[in-house]
Amino acid sequence: MTLLDIKHLTLDFGSGDHAARAVDDVSLTMAAGETLCLVGESGCGKSVTAQSIARLVPTPPAAYPGGEILLNGRDVLQMSGAELRAIRGRVVSYIFQEPGASLNPVFRVGRQILESLKLHQPVRATEAEVVRLLKLVGIPAPEQRYRNYPFEMSGGMQQRVMIAMALASEPQLLVADEPTTALDVTIQAQILDLLRDLKQRLGMAILLITHNLGIVGDLADRVAVMYAGQIVELAPANDLLRRPLHPYTRALMNSVPKLRGTQDRLQAIPGNVPRTGDFPPGCRFAPRCPQAKPDCSAAPPALVEVEAGRWVRCPYWK
Amino acid sequence: MKTLLEVKDLQVHFPLQRGLFGGAHESVKAVDGVSFTLAPGETLGLVGESGCGKTTLGRAIVRLVPPTAGSIWFQGEDLAGLSAIALRARRRELQIIFQNPYSSLNPRMTVEDIVGEALDIHKLTDSKTARHERIVELLADVGLDKDYLRRYPHEFSGGQRQRIGIARALAVKPALIICDEPVSALDVSVQAQIINLLQDLQREHGLTYLFIAHDLAVVEHISHRVMVMYLGKVVELADAKAIIRAPRHPYTQALISAVPEVDPDSKRQRIILPGDVPSPIHPPSGCPFHPRCPVAEARCRTEAPDLKEVGANHLAACHLMDQKKET
Repeated sequence: MTLLDIKHLTLDFGSGDHAARAVDDVSLTMAAGETLCLVGESGCGKSVTAQSIARLVPTPPAAYPGGEILLNGRDVLQMSGAELRAIRGRVVSYIFQEPGASLNPVFRVGRQILESLKLHQPVRATEAEVVRLLKLVGIPAPEQRYRNYPFEMSGGMQQRVMIAMALASEPQLLVADEPTTALDVTIQAQILDLLRDLKQRLGMAILLITHNLGIVGDLADRVAVMYAGQIVELAPANDLLRRPLHPYTRALMNSVPKLRGTQDRLQAIPGNVPRTGDFPPGCRFAPRCPQAKPDCSAAPPALVEVEAGRWVRCPYWK
Repeated sequence: MKTLLEVKDLQVHFPLQRGLFGGAHESVKAVDGVSFTLAPGETLGLVGESGCGKTTLGRAIVRLVPPTAGSIWFQGEDLAGLSAIALRARRRELQIIFQNPYSSLNPRMTVEDIVGEALDIHKLTDSKTARHERIVELLADVGLDKDYLRRYPHEFSGGQRQRIGIARALAVKPALIICDEPVSALDVSVQAQIINLLQDLQREHGLTYLFIAHDLAVVEHISHRVMVMYLGKVVELADAKAIIRAPRHPYTQALISAVPEVDPDSKRQRIILPGDVPSPIHPPSGCPFHPRCPVAEARCRTEAPDLKEVGANHLAACHLMDQKKET
């Protein structure tokens, strides 16, 4: 069953001559219970794409000149404020990179989770239910932690509280925007383990945004790689990691040192990530691409299904 | 083996203010008895989680924070005991590259002035033309065009700013550069450029690096030896390949197993450590790692283990290593 169907999504910041296109013709689908990873570097449009699902990007400055975001078959871009409030939290929940910045510093964490329950599940809005949620996300001594303020908790614990809050409304889709980037590796392993466990137990879909390809192999069913506002490769996770097809995906994987690797020198990608609104013509990766041909900068390539389930935006992927 | 730097039993404690009349005097033991040596031309990787003291150790070596006890022998002199004036002259040999290329460059200075300031302070060039030529040469060294001389930091990308930071450090021809997470704020596709640049510069200028980072794959790639810290103490120190392929200390083993790997076919067992890093104000008794250690024994709770040789050029601080040797 299709839970989410994004069709030709386009997002501009600003308007008229100053419009900068941050997301350009992004299409992807997610089935119920599926885990999809959205991978890309800063400014590639991965976060605004994900935030658009619950219309969290303020308009203006953003504008949606085209496309649809079908959530359970209904277009989010056409919804009224009341309809949006009905899906936020209840259908889609979010967790972000900095758990400390997402929690309110002046309220106890138990009360903040209770607030989420009151809004979405008023019948179950009890202290016992909050304690159950805290236990679900693996917080030890949940009865005591209920009375903690956010500053009394470590980053890993705060992220668990955020996840508990996101789960309070039993969403069908959890969007996790770089949930472990601010955490240490041993704590990151704990949170990824928790997400994997919750996914199996609760059967919810997870849209995980990351720049770390290692996390992809750990958690994802499918991966979409974004570069300069576009999806450049979309594939089942293990296929992509074993055999990346787009030159950008390949270059990215080669430029990252691997544990127990044997290279003397890294294969660096020349140049810098293009800024939003300043994307090169034709193929946007062409100026940095080791395999670029003269015609690459002439016409923008299309995202084509080259093998079953594998989409690539490059005519020279072979 | 010649040594460039020898750190002996270094301690950096930050006292905590406890009101007007004070209570018990408490302190954060950020670095608590660290010893190691660095050979000329070597890269020593320093890894650990946030709060383990790796940044404080790097800063203490160049005396950006005052050491509480211990000594820092550099080219035959103890930096820990130097006066401010003597230290200033010594700092020519010791430079530091910071993590955040956005906050470590003065936004109101041009690239020429940022790099030139170091030359002026140490009076390294005697004429305006010599100064200009040296700056152009330094920028070329780090892969920046001389057209950029009159530009300000905000006109550059993160990777280019980090190159400016490196040029500034190189300006005084240092022997030792402390690299404090120099690539972690950069985009993944730009990190490799900076890592390659640091390796090239090391080869050309015979530089010695203390490379502080939390990314184990990056550290393994660039380092000759790697030192792992936990709660202000060194828990393991060995050749880079040996420590990553055959880690001995349980903490190092867990740290390496926690790194998410790209290879979907890798069949490794992940060790998930319970809990968080304890507070460095009240570190646990005995071995600081025992509350999270999967193999801790009764003695680990009471007795602190020493850093001992457990193999060729391989040091680890763990009681369980002795037993393996005995049996």
